[in-house]
Amino acid sequence: MAEPSMLPPASGHDKLMIGQSAAGIYLAHAVLILGVVIVAFPIYYTFVASTHTLQTILRPPLPLVPGSEAVANYSEALFGGIGRIGGVGVGTLLFNSTVTALGIALGKIVISILSAYAIVFYRFPLRMTFFWLIFITLMLPVEVRILPTYKVMVDLGLIDTYAGLIVPLIASATATLLFRQFFLTIPGELVEAARVDGAGPWKFFKDILLPLSRTNIAALFVILFIYGWTQYLWPLLVTNRNDMNTIVIALRKMISFADADTEWHLVMVTAILAILPPILVVVLMQRWFVRGLIETEK
Amino acid sequence: MTPRVVFPNKILPYLLVAPQLAITAIFFYWPASQALYQSMLREDPFGLKSSFVWFANFRKVLADPNYLNSLKVTAIFSVSTAAVAMSVALLLAVMADKVVRSRGLYRTLLIWPYAVAPAIAGMLWLFLFNPSIGSLAYLLRAAGIAWDPLLNGTQAMVLVVAAAAWKQISYNFLFFVAGLQAIPKTLIEAAAIDGAGETKRFWTIVFPLLAPTTFFLLVVNTVYAFFDTFGIIHAVTGGGPGKATETLVYKVYNDGFVNLILGDSAAQSVILMVIVIALTAVQFRYVERKVHYG
Repeated sequence: MAEPSMLPPASGHDKLMIGQSAAGIYLAHAVLILGVVIVAFPIYYTFVASTHTLQTILRPPLPLVPGSEAVANYSEALFGGIGRIGGVGVGTLLFNSTVTALGIALGKIVISILSAYAIVFYRFPLRMTFFWLIFITLMLPVEVRILPTYKVMVDLGLIDTYAGLIVPLIASATATLLFRQFFLTIPGELVEAARVDGAGPWKFFKDILLPLSRTNIAALFVILFIYGWTQYLWPLLVTNRNDMNTIVIALRKMISFADADTEWHLVMVTAILAILPPILVVVLMQRWFVRGLIETEK
Repeated sequence: MTPRVVFPNKILPYLLVAPQLAITAIFFYWPASQALYQSMLREDPFGLKSSFVWFANFRKVLADPNYLNSLKVTAIFSVSTAAVAMSVALLLAVMADKVVRSRGLYRTLLIWPYAVAPAIAGMLWLFLFNPSIGSLAYLLRAAGIAWDPLLNGTQAMVLVVAAAAWKQISYNFLFFVAGLQAIPKTLIEAAAIDGAGETKRFWTIVFPLLAPTTFFLLVVNTVYAFFDTFGIIHAVTGGGPGKATETLVYKVYNDGFVNLILGDSAAQSVILMVIVIALTAVQFRYVERKVHYG
């Protein structure tokens, strides 16, 4: 499948190290191109399917190139409403997912930066107890406390609300640990100097700590946005109404192999629209993404 | 270095940690303690009365062939997913480490599945491989393979492993690339001068030096396969056919929400909690200290 034109010219710009052969480099490119094809194919093919009519999709194999129905399919999904999920349009679903992902990312950043600030820059009774209480939540993912957490949500009346989708997921040990780690590297002299110049806690936080944390915040934001967007189990539990579903959950509801009613062309459009925003975030903010990934896993 | 005590304020720090502690208490500790408590209760079929039964639920769950099956399924699923995702990623990372040209482009093209939700990853693969409209399923059948993951348990497992591993390749790739870049090139060149071939250099120098990265990824991939793949199983197979792809997390959900067997579901939650704690402990104890270079 390797396109010859995509290989480097025979002279090659790849600098050969000792012990490397030109053939080895060609092989490396070939393997990488094959890897890219495998990685990209499911997404590409779904995109292709999203531009064909339902009839074409129902008769495999599907052509390898996009069809002519792109405009019709996308506008039907976005503005027409989808029958299987109670006539809700993809626009509503995208809105729900955006609110959820942004809420989770920003919420996590805000509450984590505040608690890390308190834990690093103050000395108060129970400080380390609080730190450990936050730290241990790493070991309590939603999956191990599904039913009781669901009951709390019912009792608080948070089913089918944005708060219900967001708030339970914004306590994050990872983000708190990351900010704590970073704050500990800030030299004590800087803090002293700020104090001597008369900066109070708020001014120090706003004018010194926040600007210094910009990179960390950007990196965390990318990771947390994707985390929020790709949630599954939680939105599945706390949303019943079709118009409160996130796009990922709605997509699952749209598919059925048991009956012939599945509007596959709209399913494909929804799938593409569901993966596009997080992919854009990853690709456009790649530098922050890679950094965030490596930092949060330390 | 710890910054000096800077802001002598008695109340402010408590206000600052309050939001996180409140959420942690309401949505983490209270439910987790409830899960512990419920795991030792048994309700009558009508949910009217419950009695304290100590560890009876655990004994029941651990003796249940369905649970043991689910343990086996989870083990097969996790090991296969981690093995596939890590070996493909390692191969691609080693190749990417060799080329200078278009390395950035390859990286960009290889990292996007990270942004795809596991459930959607499952649906994309299901779309390609489902027996009624899947184009690749069509090709498989045209090649004479009786392909039907909706009826054949092994094929269903292959499909969910493929989808789960596909999504995880990006992540592993980035970490392997970082790990490879940290290996001094002079070491490899020295071996080359001494006449070690490419394969030999990889297995005797590169692979052992990558051990910390590999071990770290092994833990992360296991956690991923255990917990984050619920969406894939739920969206693609629903635990079926039969119980061929019913993982532990899926079973907790199914017993609790669909079958409403609360005591059993809670006991399973607690067992899962023990597994997470063990995995986290391993991660912090060994990954921090780095794997010993043999």
